Amino acid sequence: MAKTKVIERKPLSFAEKTFIPQILGGLKATMGTMLDKTVTLQYPEERPVIPDNYRGVPTLVKDPNGREKCVSCQLCEFVCPPKAIRIQPGEIDAELEPDRAHVEKAPQAFDINMLRCIYCGLCQEVCPEEAIFLQDIFSVSGTSRESMINNKEKLYELGGTLPDQHYKWDRKKAAELKGNAH
Amino acid sequence: MDFLAIVLPIGLSLTMISVFMGLCSYSVLAERKVSSWIQGRVGPNRTRLPLLGHLPIIGNLMTGLGLFQPAADGLKFLFKEEITPGHVNRTYFYLAPIIALAPALTTMVVLPFGRYVDAAGQVQPLVLANLEVGMLFILAISSLGVYGIVLAGWSSNSKYPFLGAIRSSAQMISYELAMGLSILPVFIWVAAPGSDYGLNLFGVVQSQQTLWLFMWQPLSALIFLVALFAETNRLPFDMAESETDLVGGFHTEYGCFKFGLFFVAEYAHVIMGSAIFVVLFLGGWNFLPGLADPWSDGLLGTILSVCWFMAKVFAMIFFFIWVRWTLPRFRYDQVMTLGWKLLLPLAIANLVFNTLVIALYDYFNR
Repeated sequence: MAKTKVIERKPLSFAEKTFIPQILGGLKATMGTMLDKTVTLQYPEERPVIPDNYRGVPTLVKDPNGREKCVSCQLCEFVCPPKAIRIQPGEIDAELEPDRAHVEKAPQAFDINMLRCIYCGLCQEVCPEEAIFLQDIFSVSGTSRESMINNKEKLYELGGTLPDQHYKWDRKKAAELKGNAH
Repeated sequence: MDFLAIVLPIGLSLTMISVFMGLCSYSVLAERKVSSWIQGRVGPNRTRLPLLGHLPIIGNLMTGLGLFQPAADGLKFLFKEEITPGHVNRTYFYLAPIIALAPALTTMVVLPFGRYVDAAGQVQPLVLANLEVGMLFILAISSLGVYGIVLAGWSSNSKYPFLGAIRSSAQMISYELAMGLSILPVFIWVAAPGSDYGLNLFGVVQSQQTLWLFMWQPLSALIFLVALFAETNRLPFDMAESETDLVGGFHTEYGCFKFGLFFVAEYAHVIMGSAIFVVLFLGGWNFLPGLADPWSDGLLGTILSVCWFMAKVFAMIFFFIWVRWTLPRFRYDQVMTLGWKLLLPLAIANLVFNTLVIALYDYFNR
């Protein structure tokens, strides 16, 4: 048996029975909150501060040198629970990036359907190249189903460049110059 | 001359109605603003009229205070689709909002809201009709307001409005008694035999030049205030509406402009209630207790007295809103208990006590 503790309740005093002191206390409290600063934000103009680990809209990012990070391994496409991601792997144009061409691949098309995305962050977790990130965009709107599909251009535009410290291609180049390319 | 005698009262009444309706819409705004401040929100601050809203500085200030919001609210009610449910009793369904609003507007006829000094040097009230039985008139007319609610609830022919109407009629009947009895001592003191005023509201204000009535009749003032909250159907006594348990109560089936009329009627009651409380207990347009009125005899003095009166009324309206967001709603049986078992006996005791005091006073002063 659990021990019960009987709390002694004092009978109400006459003033308490009239409720008036309590009402005055309540009025004081509401006046206090009225004079306080407002806690709401003027939303479209004022935006809340988004923490770093926030899982917003998935985006593709470039490395600090402005190179495409995604190598179209399609791991994110396979892991994506609602099948929101569609990737078409393709070759890198040898004319434009001669040192990367024939070494890695790059996505020809990269579509994320924001009507299907559940913001789980598995794509970010699974990406070996740290190319896809769920960033701080939380408000998505469009006028048609098609406009809700983010294509590659849009994804890079939303993602921008993340300051990571890997410098994969710089290191590869340095290693190649030193003579141990692989 | 005869022509003027007919046109002038009509003009004055129309002016007063428009000012009063303006006040109603702005007290709706005040309610929205104050409630949002109390809840830590900003409140309506986006509506902006062209031209006026784009003046430098003032335009932004007015928009931020939501001063254009009433226009948007009114237009919304006007342009909404007029829906009449199929199961209602049409005649009374349409009649109810009118009956709810009319008494609230009628009572303002006898409300003195300022004073002027006439050619003979006498202080006269600014009032549409200076009735000798002004208070009686107000009590009689304002209690008609319940018919609007009862008719609305009954003609809506559905359960929640019906419950709301029953509750509110029971509540109004119970609190009317306490209300009437609580101001009797006031008039016994003010309208002593040999005084000029009787049940005239102007007389009550004139008698408060040195001491406001709530200071030496605090119990009357308290009972009247509580009853006033009940009569105006404001929280903590808004049995008729009970948004949470009755889905809006008597006006559940109403929409668009008919709902707007109920809405305006509610705030008209609040304004009238505040004004009557100011007249009866807060000294009307008298400056401060113990201080002589600084209002001059001319036009400026008249305007100042009206402004001072309005300031007090606004303070009371604010108090109404403030209480709304402070106290939770009473349960229905608690409302009845408070009315019948507490306020009514208190009011009677107060009346008997004051009568005894006056009798003793007369006996020893003879």
